[in-house]
Amino acid sequence: MTRAFAAILITCFGFCAPARAQDVKTEIERYRQMVSEGSPAELFEVEGEALWKKPQGPKQASLEKCDLGLGPGVLKGAYAALPRYFKDADRVMDLETRLLHCMTTLQGRSREEATQRVFGNADRPSEMESLSAYVAAQSRGLKMAPGESHPKEKAAYELGRALYFQRAGPWDFACTSCHGEEGKRIRLQELPVLLKPENARGVVATWPAYRISTSGFITMQWRMNNCYQQMRMPEPAFGSDATVALIHFITVTGKGEVYRGPGNKR
Amino acid sequence: MAGPMKMRATLAGGNTEVRVLMTHPMTTAQSGQPLHFIQNVTVKLNGRAVIEAEVSQAVSRNPVFSFRLKGGAKGDKIEVAWLDNKGESNKIETAVA
Repeated sequence: MTRAFAAILITCFGFCAPARAQDVKTEIERYRQMVSEGSPAELFEVEGEALWKKPQGPKQASLEKCDLGLGPGVLKGAYAALPRYFKDADRVMDLETRLLHCMTTLQGRSREEATQRVFGNADRPSEMESLSAYVAAQSRGLKMAPGESHPKEKAAYELGRALYFQRAGPWDFACTSCHGEEGKRIRLQELPVLLKPENARGVVATWPAYRISTSGFITMQWRMNNCYQQMRMPEPAFGSDATVALIHFITVTGKGEVYRGPGNKR
Repeated sequence: MAGPMKMRATLAGGNTEVRVLMTHPMTTAQSGQPLHFIQNVTVKLNGRAVIEAEVSQAVSRNPVFSFRLKGGAKGDKIEVAWLDNKGESNKIETAVA
């Protein structure tokens, strides 16, 4: 009796385990599908629109004349063409870095004041998060096509790629420590190998996003910041060349995908 | 002031499908913070109440509700309002598309 039971158990281990992993995957997919049909990300878009039009700073100006790369105030498709080189700042910028640039130039705010609270929480989302949701949403349905022709854009790509492999910090971690091998995950969260276009595409198409587990909105600058924190590295400056380069590298790797965000994360 | 709401109402097979998003902390007793949750949701079709719902703490933060109303026509006005246990409220109105 005991032997027969053991035999069944062994057979089951052979077949049931992969089947269960498959079930979990389909169930997570089904859950994501349900959530995406009524995503709270849309609430952040509404809030972001109000902030975009709100006069702020010493100049009491709104961001409506902010040039996100396609001309002052042009929102349609602007996010899909980021990060890109900006002549007026003479550097490559991602969405949040550019928004910060507009806050300091158009609204006359200091960098210190504007970056005081760039990452919010569920109780109090940050201005940057809502603005990111609003701007990114205006690129829905458009192909991601970050800048790749300017020498500084090429340099940012190379720097991002180098940083992706750069091991450092007390744990000697690099991005590749978690995102360098197929099939790795933290709890149920799969860790995509972002060196491969087929993995980067889905990421690029859905960030920034609403995070269900924390009921907050998360941006790519936050993702970089938090990954570095998890690697126990010194905190990277918001909108620094390093974080922009990494974002540029990932976006270029995943280019061509139709933007369908702001998405939903677990 | 209550955060934004968003609503879509579309005709589908003779019925009106409504999906509404609400900004609300929906704080439960478990969190250790004062209870703060939506208690009542009212749906009006052209000014006439068609749904009076009672909502519990079991509903998530920033909830989304979706439901179908029998019939309906393009341009019909749908209003969804919520009232929480602190007496705060918000509402949104949209025309059926």
